[in-house]
Amino acid sequence: MAVLVIAEHDNASLKDATAKTVTAAAKVGGDIDVLVAGKGASAAAESAGKIDGVRAVIHVDHDLLEYQMPEAMEATVVALMDGYDAVLSPDGKTHQAYMPRVAARLDTQQISSVTGIEGDTFERPIYAGNAVAYVKSGDPKKVVTVRTTAFAPAGEGGSASVKSESADIGDTGSAFVSEELSKSDRPELTGAKIVVSGGRGMGSGENFSLLEGIADKLGAAMGASRAAVDAGYVPNDWQVGQTGKAVAPELYLAVGISGAIQHLAGMKDSKVIAAINKDEEAPIFSVADYGLVADLFKALPELEAELAKVGY
Amino acid sequence: MKVLVPVKRVLDYNVKARVKPDQSGVDLSNVKMSMNPFDEIAVEEAVRMQEKSVATETIAVSIGPAKAQETIRTALAMGVDRGVHVTTDEDLEPLAVAKILKAVAEAEGAELILMGKQAIDNDYGATGGMLSAMLGWPIGQYANTIETKEGALTVKREIDGGLQTVELRLPAVVTTDLRLNEPRYASLPNIMKAKRKPIEAKTPADYGVDTAPRLTVVKVTEPKTREAGVKVEDAAALVDKLKNEAGVI
Ligand SMILES: Cc1cc2nc3c(=O)[nH]c(=O)nc-3n(C[C@H](O)[C@H](O)[C@H](O)COP(=O)(O)OP(=O)(O)OC[C@H]3O[C@@H](n4cnc5c(N)ncnc54)[C@H](O)[C@@H]3O)c2cc1C
Ligand SMILES: Nc1ncnc2c1ncn2[C@@H]1O[C@H](COP(=O)(O)O)[C@@H](O)[C@H]1O
Repeated sequence: MAVLVIAEHDNASLKDATAKTVTAAAKVGGDIDVLVAGKGASAAAESAGKIDGVRAVIHVDHDLLEYQMPEAMEATVVALMDGYDAVLSPDGKTHQAYMPRVAARLDTQQISSVTGIEGDTFERPIYAGNAVAYVKSGDPKKVVTVRTTAFAPAGEGGSASVKSESADIGDTGSAFVSEELSKSDRPELTGAKIVVSGGRGMGSGENFSLLEGIADKLGAAMGASRAAVDAGYVPNDWQVGQTGKAVAPELYLAVGISGAIQHLAGMKDSKVIAAINKDEEAPIFSVADYGLVADLFKALPELEAELAKVGY
Repeated sequence: MKVLVPVKRVLDYNVKARVKPDQSGVDLSNVKMSMNPFDEIAVEEAVRMQEKSVATETIAVSIGPAKAQETIRTALAMGVDRGVHVTTDEDLEPLAVAKILKAVAEAEGAELILMGKQAIDNDYGATGGMLSAMLGWPIGQYANTIETKEGALTVKREIDGGLQTVELRLPAVVTTDLRLNEPRYASLPNIMKAKRKPIEAKTPADYGVDTAPRLTVVKVTEPKTREAGVKVEDAAALVDKLKNEAGVI
């Protein structure tokens, strides 16, 4: 058995999601190689070699891989698959965009966003996490995306060698035009220890500054409900939920969020959930360890002051 | 440009799924079913393209049981021209769905396939990508905005770090994200009109597609439940709990 893990990186550095996917790959069993496909990503490839349990790193450098577009990633990954029985990637949007293309080329049914692997059985949430399916695959080559919040990162201490391989990508029919990335010095949402999220109850984008002060004190990432994103309060990549990002921090603070099933799907695996909502009947309180029934415009400044008192 | 819109009939997004006691799946008897919300967004976008004369014809296709016809009727009532219903009582996996959709797209000579990024029942998010690869077409996943040009599309995509704009040569597949548009409600006259729009009946066998599942479902269980915790008096009490009881700050 050999398993290919696809690295998450931004060309500059390797992301934690890679080491978490390696942990998932170890549960599948067999030798683990990591593919770093990008442009000028050799530092990321070096870091991938240091992950415990990795046999080799395959580094593919190509202009067309700078943005890891689906067509180029498909060509790169499929060309390597002769040597592997399974390919695993994190389940971020970058990967979810191309993994189905890989699966189709291998004539395989993809297993998406798995949260557990036990022998040859994969566990995955369905119906916004209201049910959990356990499935076995009969396909000779398995294509799996991994919900990285469900796996601890593999340790460091490996010394796998980096092999450079070329890719034959050809005409993809798609071209990168531009990117507007939301800039932030805060930790990344999906890997953060603390997430502070706001919903429609925040009332406006400006009011999110009430939350940002708290997030900055706690070194937290910012998240949001769909309603807050749809209303234009905050960028789309802040959305937590069934169809946004899945998070599982030590602490999730939900403010002005009602707790719709689609939102809960993305955060109910958090270790501790705290909620501030003025409606004591809000469904968020049914999953919250600590609930504060209050007007957020009063509670948030108080919370910030209380945090300051204990040294934040 | 002919636009194909695959639409799936799913458990309504407002209904909480219930696992069957024998753990064989989710109970879908006597519950409200609706068009997958992402597919409604795709239908809306297709109809707008038609209203702007960018689309010459719009076709909704659904693969599913007899009742999937209702889902196609909803698309027709929103303004789609006609439907194709591929009837099956099996719950097909994205791989099989994509193979059927490929055959439909080829038979219809579609140049653009607009579809949901994810079906909210199985949460695979796989069919669009699979279909695009099978056809050898480029794909714009998670569309936030679509602009059409001669022979090409500019798609603004919702990505992990923000927004990304790509240009795709036609023919292409585009999957919808939540911010692409707000789907219209069908008006009563349009619902009446939709009853007379044609729906072609097909089966997977008509397209020669092997629909045998690749995955075996061992069981489907209830998720771990979370107990509601305690209510705290004020912000000071909250900080105290988080620091001294939970130890998370
Ligand atoms: C296909 C589909 C996919 C979806 N995907 C997602 C997803 O990924 N993530 C997601 O979050 N949602 C998703 N949704 C939307 C989801 O169904 C809810 O509509 C959404 O989560 C509601 O957001 P909210 O809680 O911010 O808003 P609301 O439900 O409007 O709740 C606002 C809350 O704020 C409280 N509030 C108001 N003012 C104050 C105040 N001054 N002080 C304190 N509390 C206050 C109110 O009591 C209320 O509980 C999806 C829906 C669909 C159909
Ligand atoms: N049975 C089906 N009939 C028509 N379209 C479907 C069907 N299943 C999936 N699709 C399309 O594929 C998209 C993604 O579905 P999935 O890959 O199952 O998450 C949906 O939003 C639909 O547009």
